[in-house]
Amino acid sequence: MLKDQDRIFQNLYNDKGSDVSSSQERGDWVNTKEITDKGRDWIINEIKESQLRGRGGAGFPTGLKWSFAPKEVGSRPHYLVINGDESEPGTCKDRDILRFEPHKLIEGCLIASYAVQAHVCYIYIRGEYFVDGQKLQAAIDEAYEKKLLGKNAAGTGWDLDIYIHYGAGAYICGEETALLESLEGKKGQPRLKPPFPALIGLYGCPTIINNVETIAVVPTILRRGAKWFASLGREKNTGTKIFCISGNVNNPCNVEEEMSIPLKELIEVHAGGVIGGWENLQAVIPGGSSMPLIPKERCETLKMDFDACVEEKSGLGTAGIVVINKDQDIIKCMARIARFYKHESCGQCTPCREGSGWMWRMLERMAKGDATKDEVDMLGDVTNQIAGHTICAFGEGSSWPVQGLLRHFKKEIEKRNNLDPIVQKKNNIPYLVDQHLLDKKNA
Amino acid sequence: MSLRRPAKDQPESFEFNASSMEAANVIVAKYPEGKQQSAVMALLYIAQKQNNNWIPLAAMKYIAKFLDMPYIKVYEVATFYTMYNLAPVGKYFVQVCTTTPCMIRGANQLVEACKEKISENECELSNDKSCSWMEVECLGACVNAPMMQINDDYYEDLDKQKTLDILDKILNGETPKPGSYRGRINNEPENNRKTLMDLKNA
Repeated sequence: MLKDQDRIFQNLYNDKGSDVSSSQERGDWVNTKEITDKGRDWIINEIKESQLRGRGGAGFPTGLKWSFAPKEVGSRPHYLVINGDESEPGTCKDRDILRFEPHKLIEGCLIASYAVQAHVCYIYIRGEYFVDGQKLQAAIDEAYEKKLLGKNAAGTGWDLDIYIHYGAGAYICGEETALLESLEGKKGQPRLKPPFPALIGLYGCPTIINNVETIAVVPTILRRGAKWFASLGREKNTGTKIFCISGNVNNPCNVEEEMSIPLKELIEVHAGGVIGGWENLQAVIPGGSSMPLIPKERCETLKMDFDACVEEKSGLGTAGIVVINKDQDIIKCMARIARFYKHESCGQCTPCREGSGWMWRMLERMAKGDATKDEVDMLGDVTNQIAGHTICAFGEGSSWPVQGLLRHFKKEIEKRNNLDPIVQKKNNIPYLVDQHLLDKKNA
Repeated sequence: MSLRRPAKDQPESFEFNASSMEAANVIVAKYPEGKQQSAVMALLYIAQKQNNNWIPLAAMKYIAKFLDMPYIKVYEVATFYTMYNLAPVGKYFVQVCTTTPCMIRGANQLVEACKEKISENECELSNDKSCSWMEVECLGACVNAPMMQINDDYYEDLDKQKTLDILDKILNGETPKPGSYRGRINNEPENNRKTLMDLKNA
């Protein structure tokens, strides 16, 4: 288990309060000027050496992303945008940072803005987190009061303004270009890439977009050194991560742990074990609903990091672990996830808009045992026609969980759905439109 | 995609009152000059708050003029995002999360409680017109499942009886205390905390 002094988010459970003075006791805002005095290149290099990967789901190296920002500010100003549109089912880590560790985030914004030469930073928070956003706003107001923001923020000589922008219940706005559209006051429909936001982003200006957790760990990395951060976890999967363990466990919780921690340890030690014992485990979704599930046999040895999850044909995503035990109907669980994606598709690309509804309806029927044998493979076809054929990664996100279900629980679906596709006698199945051809009378 | 329609009975006109106007001007100042369209989402929230939890078409027209942008663009935004209520939802708007992490911990009991106390169908006003409920997608409090949101506040770690009690309170016009209803502190593992112990005991 990670030592307590190596935990970045000391106030994860709000033992100490989130105001400036108690944050300073935990080490925030202590020597911000010393860090920025070392210069942009040092900051970006240090982040590169720490091998910090984005915590929003895709795991893109943060130092590399920052280095994409133009070196000189031209006629267009640079922007920093923080993505706090946490809507992935199973994930609730950013909420705790917003309400209990706001100063880690604000200081991170200052350092990141300095590194990418932005004078304005927008924090995009999902609309449902209004109360948590108000707490962040109070922290921002306090920071302005203590001259940690505004002109010559925290004595660094850098001017920075931070504004909060609330979303309004659209999951797709967690996609970075959809988030920019939403910030510009439009429907949240993703843009084509390229051009990438680092060159043409918010209002057509260079924009760097990072997840809340990514930015909040930056000050601690720079204080304690890239070597310290890189020493945790394993090569290319370094540092600590907040894991959200939900579902059928005895003590669902958020906990900060080292990367590459075994999944079994997370569940058994921190979350108090699976309800009904480890033997009662059916499957685990390792990284928020869009990642394919992993069945029990593989969970025994799975290490929770980006690369190990990819080897299991899944992904770490946002590290929102959903534990599903044998009391649950796995097909129904996935049908509910498919309904989520059907509801949240932005409607821009046809494969996703229509396909997400198809997958949901087919899975609902399969959960009831109303589908025919050959529909199981047809469902696989539908997922393949969505993934990779859409503007943004929502297509993959919606079809991967279904593909995961088909990969590991195909037998279960087939056992329940053994209707013959050729209708031998007249039974009223509304979706079989050419049933009349098979009726003897019409034949 | 979700299908969303504006209400049939629409008020004739809408205008920001003094406090809304003040809030709106603060919001518009957050964005660069000429980019005031960015403020449309926040302004729709203000209109929703002023107009008893829902947004009439007149408010969209008003905001379009206020921000100097086409009405259809405001309409697009208001119909795209699901948190803008296009029809009356009552003073207390109950949203029950039923996505998988909540579902496997018994979100259907919360739905049953809402059906008993508020109305048989979702998006339907209760008898006294003060309250309505609907099933929503993930609200981002998965480790506190099952949970629901009433207006801005989260009510976490619920079961059927606790939900019934909360709904009784709001139907009586009270505002129950938000947060966990199993007495746990925030997102810590209940009675099983193994980390940051010196801070807890300090």
